[in-house]
Amino acid sequence: MKAYVTVMPKNGVLDPQGKAIGHALAGLGFAGVGEVRAGKVIELELSETDPAKAQAAAEEMARKLLANMVIESFKVEVR
Amino acid sequence: MKAGIILFPGTNRERDMALALQRVTGAKPAIIWHGEAELPAGTDLVVLPGGFSYGDYLRCGAMAAQSPIMRAVAAFAARGGHVLGVCNGFQILIETGLLPGALLKNASLRFLSMDCHLKVERTDTPFTNRFKPGAVFRSTMAHGDGNWFASAETAAQLEAEGRVVLRYVTPAGEATAAANRNGSVNNIAGICSANRRVMGLMPHPENQVDPLIDGTDGLPMFESISASFATAG
Repeated sequence: MKAYVTVMPKNGVLDPQGKAIGHALAGLGFAGVGEVRAGKVIELELSETDPAKAQAAAEEMARKLLANMVIESFKVEVR
Repeated sequence: MKAGIILFPGTNRERDMALALQRVTGAKPAIIWHGEAELPAGTDLVVLPGGFSYGDYLRCGAMAAQSPIMRAVAAFAARGGHVLGVCNGFQILIETGLLPGALLKNASLRFLSMDCHLKVERTDTPFTNRFKPGAVFRSTMAHGDGNWFASAETAAQLEAEGRVVLRYVTPAGEATAAANRNGSVNNIAGICSANRRVMGLMPHPENQVDPLIDGTDGLPMFESISASFATAG
């Protein structure tokens, strides 16, 4: 099964990349865009077949490596 | 003094660092490949030099932090060993958990390659004892992710414990917003561990150690290191 780990800058952490994207969108004429925040998605192919175990494993991977818990939060979705 | 410089794929400042160390110690530092599991016997100082280890994949320093040699470096630091991380080396020390905080993309989103001025906030560290208290010296920054960040509590704790060693300042020594080009919390350019033996900084003092090449403003840092070991025997 696959686990999708979404890593985002924590609230309160400056996200200049998101800000720059927001400015660019406004420049393109897209109205009504509020705050923009940029993160990343890491797709993991797991041999585990139990969704709960896959979820737990991916969360462990996120805590240990995929996310930097000082500045980022993450969520895991198993499909 | 026996120094060892760690080499990761993508490291590119190891030779400058070796020359800077050799200038003050007279001895050639060992160059240690990241795949090694042990440091050479008798190593006094480990240096993580600048560069772009593992292409800055995932986060700057994140991949290097997982390499076999970093387990040995962490154990060395835990035994009271001296470790210096410059630029990417600072990022690796943070990703390894040997120093607190995180290094975000520069607030301007631009790679900054320029001179900067640094104020020495502490001269009682193994890396700064040859500077005069409050000294300001010129250095060079060359990084895309040098915006030091920590929670307000962590930053306050570091300040209270006197672990802020270097700050970005104007040539006159003022910690202004304009002098803080990358946007670091409290203009912080360099910090140390509680025992002061692990230090990380974003700028490159090894760029200024030769009077024929851009002056010797950074030399006191290397003289400090050498002096620490001379007095320690």
